[in-house]
Amino acid sequence: MTHDLNLIPTIANFSRRGFLKGAAAGSFVLAVGLSRASFAEEPANLAREKKYGAESMPHGVRDDPTIFLSIAPDGTVVFQCIRQEMGQGVRTSLAMIIADELEADLARFKVVQADGDEERYGNQDTDGSRSVRHHFMPLRRAAAAARTMLEIAAATKWGVSPRDVHAENHQVIHPASGRKAGFGELTKAAGHLRVPPREGIKLKDTARFRYIGKDNVELVDGFDITTGRACYGIDTRLDGMLYAVVRHSPAWGDKVKSFDASAAMNVPGVVKVVPIETYPLPSEFWPIGGVGAVAKNTWAAIKGRAALKIEWEPGPNRDYNSDSYKKDLEAAARSPGNALRVAGDFDKAMAGAAKKVQAEYYVPHLAQAPMEPPAATVRIKDGMCEAWACVQAPQTTRDHLTKLLNLSPEKVAVHVTLLGGGFGRKSKPDFVLEAAILSRAMNGAPVKVTWTREDDVQHSYFHTVSLEHLEAGLDQEGNPTAWLHRSVAPPILATFKPGIDHESPTETGMGLLNNPLDLSNLRIENGKAVAKTRIGWFRSVSNIPHAFAIQSFVAELAAAAGKDQKAYLIEALGPDRKINPYECSDKWNYTEDPARYPIDTGRLRAVIERAALEAQWGRQLPKGQGLGIAAHYSFLTYVAAAVLVAISPQGEISIPHLDVAVDCGPQINPDRIRSQFEGAAIMGFGLTSLGEITFKNGEAEQTNFDTYLLARIDASPREIRVHLVGGQDWNQPLGGIGEPGVPPIAPAVCNAIFNATGKRIRSLPIKDKLRV
Amino acid sequence: MTTLTVNGKKLEVSAEPDTPLLWVLRDELGLTGTKFGCGIAQCGACTVHVGGSPVRSCITAIREIQGQDVVTIEGISADGMHPVQVAWRRLKVPQCGYCQMGQIMSAIALLKDTPNPTDADIDGAMSGNICRCGTYTRIRAAIKEAAQAAHGAKGAAL
Repeated sequence: MTHDLNLIPTIANFSRRGFLKGAAAGSFVLAVGLSRASFAEEPANLAREKKYGAESMPHGVRDDPTIFLSIAPDGTVVFQCIRQEMGQGVRTSLAMIIADELEADLARFKVVQADGDEERYGNQDTDGSRSVRHHFMPLRRAAAAARTMLEIAAATKWGVSPRDVHAENHQVIHPASGRKAGFGELTKAAGHLRVPPREGIKLKDTARFRYIGKDNVELVDGFDITTGRACYGIDTRLDGMLYAVVRHSPAWGDKVKSFDASAAMNVPGVVKVVPIETYPLPSEFWPIGGVGAVAKNTWAAIKGRAALKIEWEPGPNRDYNSDSYKKDLEAAARSPGNALRVAGDFDKAMAGAAKKVQAEYYVPHLAQAPMEPPAATVRIKDGMCEAWACVQAPQTTRDHLTKLLNLSPEKVAVHVTLLGGGFGRKSKPDFVLEAAILSRAMNGAPVKVTWTREDDVQHSYFHTVSLEHLEAGLDQEGNPTAWLHRSVAPPILATFKPGIDHESPTETGMGLLNNPLDLSNLRIENGKAVAKTRIGWFRSVSNIPHAFAIQSFVAELAAAAGKDQKAYLIEALGPDRKINPYECSDKWNYTEDPARYPIDTGRLRAVIERAALEAQWGRQLPKGQGLGIAAHYSFLTYVAAAVLVAISPQGEISIPHLDVAVDCGPQINPDRIRSQFEGAAIMGFGLTSLGEITFKNGEAEQTNFDTYLLARIDASPREIRVHLVGGQDWNQPLGGIGEPGVPPIAPAVCNAIFNATGKRIRSLPIKDKLRV
Repeated sequence: MTTLTVNGKKLEVSAEPDTPLLWVLRDELGLTGTKFGCGIAQCGACTVHVGGSPVRSCITAIREIQGQDVVTIEGISADGMHPVQVAWRRLKVPQCGYCQMGQIMSAIALLKDTPNPTDADIDGAMSGNICRCGTYTRIRAAIKEAAQAAHGAKGAAL
């Protein structure tokens, strides 16, 4: 039995004060119980302390089951999923947590997507690899509270003590009498109870988990996806809906000077041509401006757009050219920047070094390019705006619609569809705001805006472009005694605030400052870089360039010292220890408590050892093959990748196998963890070998998948083996899953290429650099 | 009007004859399982079968396929139990799922012509379908599993 006996009388007391609320919620579903009186409030003793993790997010986190859980009389459990599904499996994973703790049958779940409403649901912003990490315990508490209420309802019905009944597989059982009652049968009575206080909730023994940590569940959306029924943002269909595409301002800050719509209006099906204002720079989440073609179907809109004649007024970014910008970055990276973390005396140690090594690493802009391009439908009717959209941040979307249309928040609803990939692009609702502007221009008629792939590739919120300058001094034995890392990259915050030209703590905290190598004389600096296009979050964000530079450089030092890459990496990591990230000048730490989430170099060492072991590190390889290794801690998860590359005589790269070892703390949904790391390896290999966005006169030069190249099945790693290490230690806090798999891939691949060929790749993508 | 047979049903569609099949399926017929990904036959999200062969519907004008049989993901099976669909679910191939309808259509066409595909066959048939989530290793495994399952079913029938 798992109940806390002392508290059950308290809960029972609440039942006498209860009143029927569930019945008012609708005829189909009885909401489980009454809200806890003060569910949004923190306990008084916590309120004064610094908040971390989920509690520190805007609007916090909820653990009251009445907010997102209800049970119908037929026993169907309806879960309002408060996080967006974009392929990470969150609808399955969160439902698993609830089902397990509720003692419910997951097959009897209906997962519906919650609207954007953070006052009600708490933070819904789906990014930062934190949905499961932040919701695991709150959802367990919510489900345990609901389970307790069902148990009390059954005990009351049978006239027995609640301590003598327990929930098991969708029913409550009284073992002494053999009586059983299904959840559906009990939901009405439970709906009269007040939710027990947090302190009155007894969580399930982790040894009794049935779904959590197991690989025994179907994907919630698996059937709908494989039969074509799954609905994404681009799939919305409403009565009287119009279809639109937008010709966007070519460079960031360009404006429409004039346009001629006559040819466009002659296209059959086109009903209106509407200018969209260019918001003042930096334009944050607002549209970048252009002209929309509204039509009776998408094809007519596309043709109408093609027929538009637009004269643009150039903005301030027409001077953006990637070739010259790279030189600017190099110049900045070769002169002193802001010193952010200093230990010992780098200059002195460097002066006394037996050997000096210097290298620079370049990672270009990238576009997230989710397979579903941005798409949204907006209708404005009777003073109410409704949006149907594939957005990672529905409340942000709602806030901006509210502001754009000058409506009160309760008059704006954001319905979240499935996301056909996000990767950070759909954290930004500019495309939804375009749909609202066009709907308004059509007297509120529903308008679906579809971004074509050209819009998406050319007008992403791009991954930054970066230059990392590293210098090291080695002693006689080849050990690093001095280390300088200067990072230069236009920051994301420049998209939101004027005058920002240095990285923010959320960027320097991604592997730059919290570099865990054991270095006594080090200097970490950040130089100036002015953003000339919209910079945004791209899966793994600044960890990509930081890991590429650091993990490539360690391998370069190993080569300079004449030592084995893996042995040298472990040596450089130093003795097993726990590092307080705050002492590395990283006061962000992915918002988590540094005491709860220190950097544990022993765990990083362990994933390196495991990846190396699985890849059979150290074995003899045929000519043209090489093993490479890299490790990176990000989003509170420890990851190492060991990659086998095979280089053909023509210089083509293939990856016969790739081993990833992951320590993410306890594993909630192991299958979706493996799938995320498989996908991250392929995305990581794609950006290593192919992907690049370059600018000329302010315009992105790539337009579609024929020029912005992504990994395809034939050239992707043939076998990806994900090894989950660390076991199920439920005392460990959870790490992130969606993002930490990407950063180690590029350096591991380039380190393998070095071992195969002796060629060192320092500038991504590789493209045809190895071609003979 | 253009005449098409879609998932066994003969239809007259009113779209302009130059309209790609993709937009007729999605906007006029409401068959949204076929996805837009690139518009230039680079990603395969829009793959359907025309006359039994895989076709990128985003560049196929309806006037080019007048009178022909079109099968979309919605027409593959009445109950979602085609061996390829079953294998896709069993191996939990999809992540976001957006490209998977096109992947499944390409895979079904491959297995029809090549019941025992090699890795090279799979590369050849599937490299036109991009998956940004990176599900390729599971796609490869699911194709092989579906091939096995199809043989098993045939064996039983014989």
